[in-house]
Amino acid sequence: MTDDVDRNRRHFLSVATAVTGIVGIGAASIPFLASLKPSARAQALGAPVEVPIGSLEPGEMIRVMWRGRVVFVVRRDEGMLQRLPLTRELLADPDSEVVEQQPVYAANETRSVKPEFLVIEGSCTHLGCAPLPEFEVGPDAMLEYGGFFCPCHGSKFDFAGRVYKGVPAPTNLRVPPHRFVRDDLIMIGIDSGVT
Amino acid sequence: MAGVEAEVGVEKGGFMKWIDDRFPFTETMKAHATEYYASKNFNIWYVFGVLAMVVLVMQVFTGIFLTMNYKPSAMEAFASVEYIMRDVEWGWLIRYMHSTGASFIFIVVYLHMFRGLLYGSYQKPRELIWVIGMMIFFVLFASAFSGYLLPWGQMSYWGAQVIISLFGAIPGIGEAIVEIIRGDYSISDITLNRFFALHVIALPLALVALVFVHIVALHHVGSNNPDGIEIKDHKGPDGVPLDGVAFHPYHTSKDLVYIILFLIVFSFVVFFAPDMGGYFLEHANFEPANMKATPEHIAPVWYFTPFYAILRAVPDKLWGAAMMAAAVLLPVFLPWLDRSRVRSIRYRGWIYKLALTLFAISFLTLGWLGMQPVEAIYVLMARIFSAIYFGFFLLMPYYTALDKTKPVPDRVVYHG
Repeated sequence: MTDDVDRNRRHFLSVATAVTGIVGIGAASIPFLASLKPSARAQALGAPVEVPIGSLEPGEMIRVMWRGRVVFVVRRDEGMLQRLPLTRELLADPDSEVVEQQPVYAANETRSVKPEFLVIEGSCTHLGCAPLPEFEVGPDAMLEYGGFFCPCHGSKFDFAGRVYKGVPAPTNLRVPPHRFVRDDLIMIGIDSGVT
Repeated sequence: MAGVEAEVGVEKGGFMKWIDDRFPFTETMKAHATEYYASKNFNIWYVFGVLAMVVLVMQVFTGIFLTMNYKPSAMEAFASVEYIMRDVEWGWLIRYMHSTGASFIFIVVYLHMFRGLLYGSYQKPRELIWVIGMMIFFVLFASAFSGYLLPWGQMSYWGAQVIISLFGAIPGIGEAIVEIIRGDYSISDITLNRFFALHVIALPLALVALVFVHIVALHHVGSNNPDGIEIKDHKGPDGVPLDGVAFHPYHTSKDLVYIILFLIVFSFVVFFAPDMGGYFLEHANFEPANMKATPEHIAPVWYFTPFYAILRAVPDKLWGAAMMAAAVLLPVFLPWLDRSRVRSIRYRGWIYKLALTLFAISFLTLGWLGMQPVEAIYVLMARIFSAIYFGFFLLMPYYTALDKTKPVPDRVVYHG
């Protein structure tokens, strides 16, 4: 009986069946994989948030939530701004050359739209812990020039969110897209239009 | 079994025969229990496989009962665990059995794996048993990790944050993978919901399937023994290995004694120290998840800490994550790294004995270091012991080939 078998035909049919099956499984897996992405509701909840900053005094910081992450809004005082150039030698990326870490309008000396107001994600670029603000300065302080310290794995950042050399965090803290709606109101999560 | 139809009417052989004609019950029992022969010189290292099964069954059982009262939602999860602890009758016992079981399954599995290192249980022809066992170990890690998020405490949340962020270290596609795992821009209700699905359905199914395959493979080639020799090489006239005794009733009755001893220790922890001073249930987890503040000192549960210490020893995100992944994956290749023709530590030379001792010390020390805060001295120690950890595996092809082994006996021997 084996003499009657057309082996080429059988081989072709086997391969064709297997390929069709694989393509089918591949196509059927798309809905399942896509269902794992952030849903429409999750995306809607990730909408921009308004932050009134009228009552924020120099040297103060507030934490706001955007997309389930903490965003630090710091109103830097004179001293903090003056200390920013001093950390330069200690930093891994003092000129904000890693482009994904900030919008173009924040790729400057102070990493902000207005020098006074630092808007930055409070999520360590190492493994996502929340860094702690260190306002105390001086040789005995945790950070001589002040900034942010991550208690999880010891990463250090200055008051422009720029990462120090030799710490586990690879990049500067991320500046979220934001714009000033008025002098006393920031919108975080959107930057369309002029800033 | 051509006789099935012929015997319609009066059956001979009774009920068991009726079953056996339709399902190989007696045959299976013989092959895997009453006529499965394992070496008669098994020592205490050989009970941990059975104990792992006992804990696994307990985890499935207590897990089902916890699911009846737990709510997988960010709004309700923490409160529903408290509800189980306070308002559900005996809920505290069921929950503490489950949380203590999570730690004990790792104690037992780590000892089970160390037994493999002691007696060369991974060597030919048992390579696949070892590889399947490592897959079980990975699924256990995933189960423990997804389960730890469910109470939605501070450590649940931030521990998950750190571990999921590790995938972000993969160049290019890292951030996309992280988003797919979380299903959101941060760890949220959505993440909790899908971890619940993995923890109660997908991973337990995978675990049970893998354990089944692990045992099928084991019973196909036969169990190793403390002498690392093949008992099948010396069979009596009845075809039974001379050094083997039937798994049931001989090994099972011995195992029963150990199971009772194990349950005594287990119960002591459940009743008197369910949090084990913060090692089994971390103190920060008695506070609900707070997205705005990381706990001051963040460390994973003890069974992850050796690998966490390796992660922290590297001052670079991508390399740290890569080294940690390598540390977890390397043992898979043991059967091919070990060039020694002798299985058991009893007949190996001093080099392997020294290497294994150093490995055990470095694994335990890394475990301790993974719980310590980030300080220079601890980072230095973690680097030294990470080097030993990797050295044990990567240098193995050389030192096991060099090592002078002793002659291996023909038949199993008793010590003491």
